[in-house]
Amino acid sequence: MTPLRSLSRAMLYGFLRDRMALFFAILFPLMFLVLFGTILANPGTSKSEIIQVGAVPLLDNAPAAREVLEISKADDLAAAQEKVRRGDATAAVRQQGDKLELYYSAADQVRAGTVQGVFGQLVGQANMAGVPQRFTLATEQVEDKSLNTIQYITPGLLAWAISMGAAFGAAATLVTWREKKILRRLRLAPVRTGTIVSARVGVSLAISLLQTAIFLGVASLPVFGLQLSAYWWMAVPLVIAGTLVFMAIGMVAGGLAKSAEGATSVANLIVLPMAFLSGAFFPLDAAPGWLQTLSNIFPMKHMTQGMLDVLVRGQGPASVLPELGIILGFALVIGVAAVLIFRWDDV
Amino acid sequence: MGQTIVVRDLHKRYGDVHAVDGVSFFVEEGEFFGILGPNGAGKTTTLEIIEGLRQADAGTVEVLGLSPWPRNPRLLPRIGVQLQASSFFERLTAREQIRTFASLYGVPPAKADEMLAVVGLEDKAGTRAEQLSGGQSQRLSIACALVHDPEVLFLDEPSAALDPQARRNLWDLLRSINKAGRTVVLTTHYMDEAESLCDRVAIMDNGRILELGPPATLVRGLDSATHISLETGTLALADARELAGPEAAVEDDGVSLKIATHAPATVLTALAERNLLTGIQVRGATLEDVFLNLTGREYRA
Ligand SMILES: Nc1ncnc2c1ncn2[C@@H]1O[C@H](COP(=O)(O)OP(=O)(O)O)[C@@H](O)[C@H]1O
Ligand SMILES: [Mg+2]
Repeated sequence: MTPLRSLSRAMLYGFLRDRMALFFAILFPLMFLVLFGTILANPGTSKSEIIQVGAVPLLDNAPAAREVLEISKADDLAAAQEKVRRGDATAAVRQQGDKLELYYSAADQVRAGTVQGVFGQLVGQANMAGVPQRFTLATEQVEDKSLNTIQYITPGLLAWAISMGAAFGAAATLVTWREKKILRRLRLAPVRTGTIVSARVGVSLAISLLQTAIFLGVASLPVFGLQLSAYWWMAVPLVIAGTLVFMAIGMVAGGLAKSAEGATSVANLIVLPMAFLSGAFFPLDAAPGWLQTLSNIFPMKHMTQGMLDVLVRGQGPASVLPELGIILGFALVIGVAAVLIFRWDDV
Repeated sequence: MGQTIVVRDLHKRYGDVHAVDGVSFFVEEGEFFGILGPNGAGKTTTLEIIEGLRQADAGTVEVLGLSPWPRNPRLLPRIGVQLQASSFFERLTAREQIRTFASLYGVPPAKADEMLAVVGLEDKAGTRAEQLSGGQSQRLSIACALVHDPEVLFLDEPSAALDPQARRNLWDLLRSINKAGRTVVLTTHYMDEAESLCDRVAIMDNGRILELGPPATLVRGLDSATHISLETGTLALADARELAGPEAAVEDDGVSLKIATHAPATVLTALAERNLLTGIQVRGATLEDVFLNLTGREYRA
């Protein structure tokens, strides 16, 4: 086996056999996902509330629909849409001649889906009974560009999870290996520094991609209902670039700290506040302007931004290239700092 | 050839501490060489300069004709350095550890497993390094240092913190490694270890070498007394004084009767005539006495 492969294997086993590391890299972020996904999505199995704007004959002629829908009436479409947007109702419906208009909120994907299904069926049955196809169903999301909870939290939490994993992995390994004199033992073997670094980078990338796969997999389960957009795979280069930045940050932390605990604390002090200020946990749209500007100095902000664009906003592959460039720039600068700070030994 | 290691006038300072203060010696091919001294004597610093882990302030080192500093990739495959007991990859088993090290030197896994057997750890191959006993992990680290079949082996206090049985086992292992033709350099603060293992020892204190030579020669050069002790009551104090002669020191502490003499043969013959040799203890001068003699201090590691 080549030195690169055997060192990578040694590092990977060290990670996979460390329950704490596994917990913090995989389970902990998933707990956040489940927590946010459940609290904020607030799904239920009760009847879906529908606001009927004006007269909707189609609904009046369909008693079966009333069993699953709770219908209230209103006259003003704008007011009804606002209620839907606030989450007070699942959808608003209006009939304009033979066209049925359904306004739903994407905040609750499950109910929105249910309601769309019910109306689709309604229109279909009416068309079968009536002579040549009379009704059409037009659906429209009340939010223009805002996203529902799982759609928003998944990219941010994933960016945070990857940052944490990469920073901690690099910081802890570096310090532990230095403390335990493994670095100096490696220095006594005819192995190049580049090989050791490549092994570490390779293992960290593998762990990040594993995190991504598990994370997106869990979020896509029907309970959470994540809908990935067409170019989601562009998240892969983002994950790779983000891993490199945060490994470099972890290396700096590991270079400055004296003990493994110290390194983890320093990494935490950098990563956690950055996650909040980068909009990884909640949108920065409501934050003051200066904070939104400030957030640009954090690599995690660009990572979150890029992930949102490609994972759920459905933007094209080229749209994340600027973000990717910025993140790689950060990686380069911090990487150089890490190399300068690097010490083989405590002596 | 002949001289595997040549050290000339080595100096290393840490602030005010002169950790190594003008050390010179050579080690011959196939020799078992010891550096003996109390804690803080400068043994580790000296050894690590020779291994190429630290840079000397002044002086030269040659190992196998090569300079170890700066990091010399041509020298590295030819030397083996024993890790401290804890310096293993985290959460890897003994077999995984040694195979990883083997791969760094291009040594196949089968050879690594063989080395595990040489140090008697084949039944612990699947155990994680953290769960090995002190003696076992010491043997594992020696196996890792030997896996690429180096010409010179360096060991820094290999038997520190081992129980007596584990120490004896380790000594046997080290002897056989040396017998197989390797040059071994070891530091220790145990007098008995240096005496029992080394062809030659350098006695070090405060960064300097005080004395250097085969243990037996150092001890013999001392002209110190031999201590003979018998159980109290087997011989009366007055008889003992008479038997040992005027120049001997005789005392009885209620447990044992002790005779310190420069003519042990005469005393032992007299005791044999009285049939008093059963349970007798004879202790010649040791490196401890050499140290005491050199520094005027009692040897305490
Ligand atoms: N990295 C270091 N920084 C400062 N002082 C050191 C360092 N390494 C060793 N020393 C000092 O040098 C002296 C010799 O240390 P060392 O070589 O470790 O002795 P030994 O191995 O014989 O116990 C000691 O006084 C020790 O405190
Ligand atoms: Mg020492």
